[in-house]
Amino acid sequence: MSSQPYYDSSVQKVPAVEEIREIRRYKHLLLQLIRRDILARYKRSVLGVAWTMLNPLGMMIVLSLVFSRLFAGMVSYPAYILSGLIAWNFFAQSTNASMSGLVWGGSLIQRIYIPRTAFGISAIGTALVNFILSIVPLILVMLVTRTAIHITLLFLPVAIALLACFALGVGLILSTMAVYFPDVAEMYQIILLAWMYLTPIIYPENIIPANLAWIFNLNPMYYLIRLFRIPLLDGRIPTLGQILPAAGIGIGVLIIGWIFFTAKSDEFAYRI
Amino acid sequence: MAGSFSPQNQMNLPTASNPQTDLMENRPTVQQEIICLEKVAVRYRLPEERIGTFKEYAIRTLQRRIRFQSFWALDDVNINIRRGEVFGLIGKNGAGKSTLLKVVSRVLRPTRGRIVIYGRVAPLLELGAGFHPELSGRENIFLNGALLGYSHKEMEACFDQIVDFSELHQFIDASIRTYSSGMYARLGFAVATAHIPDILLVDEILSVGDGEFQKKCFARINEFRSQGSTIVMVSHNMDQVAKMCQRVAWLNKGKIELEGEPAAVIPHYIGSLA
Repeated sequence: MSSQPYYDSSVQKVPAVEEIREIRRYKHLLLQLIRRDILARYKRSVLGVAWTMLNPLGMMIVLSLVFSRLFAGMVSYPAYILSGLIAWNFFAQSTNASMSGLVWGGSLIQRIYIPRTAFGISAIGTALVNFILSIVPLILVMLVTRTAIHITLLFLPVAIALLACFALGVGLILSTMAVYFPDVAEMYQIILLAWMYLTPIIYPENIIPANLAWIFNLNPMYYLIRLFRIPLLDGRIPTLGQILPAAGIGIGVLIIGWIFFTAKSDEFAYRI
Repeated sequence: MAGSFSPQNQMNLPTASNPQTDLMENRPTVQQEIICLEKVAVRYRLPEERIGTFKEYAIRTLQRRIRFQSFWALDDVNINIRRGEVFGLIGKNGAGKSTLLKVVSRVLRPTRGRIVIYGRVAPLLELGAGFHPELSGRENIFLNGALLGYSHKEMEACFDQIVDFSELHQFIDASIRTYSSGMYARLGFAVATAHIPDILLVDEILSVGDGEFQKKCFARINEFRSQGSTIVMVSHNMDQVAKMCQRVAWLNKGKIELEGEPAAVIPHYIGSLA
């Protein structure tokens, strides 16, 4: 207890920087929130966390059955589809959770102070745990379908980290908007659906004619999912030309989202 | 900037008079005020109609047709609360008492003015706000502790004490949705008061629970006071305020009507109600 103030409302440094300091002080909270989300989600189900792995597996089986005729020429279609799905699910799940986390946590941030980015970050953390768990069935599927497993698998953490940055950035932007316009949450579901079909998740890239390739070039998720699939399925490290756009998008969107969110977050307790 | 708060008030401190208290050595002088509000004002803006979509918002912004009802929940409030004091806030509903606690607990940043706090704040606002119904009592202790800024280790250290205080020994591993509201409140209070805070904020919570639990809560709060914690409490129970507080502020429509010793303020407040 020194004469150094613990908190002074008139000293407002750059909110984006200040928030980084605050979130480091509350790192225990992040772990607890992730724990809570994972525990609470499966608390009442018998199979528990196994659902994290069964879920994409089931989806993959359904989609493979439906589309295997259509994309019959493709090698290792199940692995292709599953890798795309789990990456996409990670993104969809974490952005949705950071939005609902903040709106649901509204009653909390009106009562006690916690750094507001905690909801978004813990949402990413929870989805990341699920993502990593669902890599287990992916490897299994690759073994069963005799898809070659390459050592370039070790590049995956980089791809996952960039996807997580992008998801956090988008999640922060969305949750800021959802505080002011609750309709955003509903609208986003439709956008997500359209976005998923505009991204080569369940269909191979090459079925899109060359004159429509610009759709992919404008789609950030295209670069990020490609970065995830290349080391996994093609067995090579992505080229610099493939890494740089993904890195630029991931880190750029995170910085924008972080600044946008922290600039507004002092107002949240007034609004929610 | 600390100097702007009357440094001449730094008396009664052992720094100069008692050099052998080596604890105080090399420490900067301790501020006697622990919470300082300088012309604090908080404005809520309520849009007259709810605008929920972008389209509507965009159109109305262009037309400059968003009308807000401004409402000053706090208006030019100056309060200095001293270290170790029990400070009461009284006033009618909507006078700004809870808003003031929110400003102190950092939930709201004041619209105007300045608040400086020299210590760690433990908010005792609506107990168990952060509990998750599906998790067990044990898991919720750690979760709620983290929400209050404590690490797993810090919570582990006082875990037994929390269980003892809340008297939930055989239920601690049961999911919290099976708890009665009394059990809920007991656990909430036990977690929030597990550590001795510099500043404790008490917002009418002591009206919940049965008489015995209330007594226990008061005993705990008194313990904090004797250990040097500063307590800011909101209450509608004037006997309670008169008994516990050294000073009170009577808030009316966001302004301080009167501030001073309970005996000097409470009769005026009660008189205004008649």
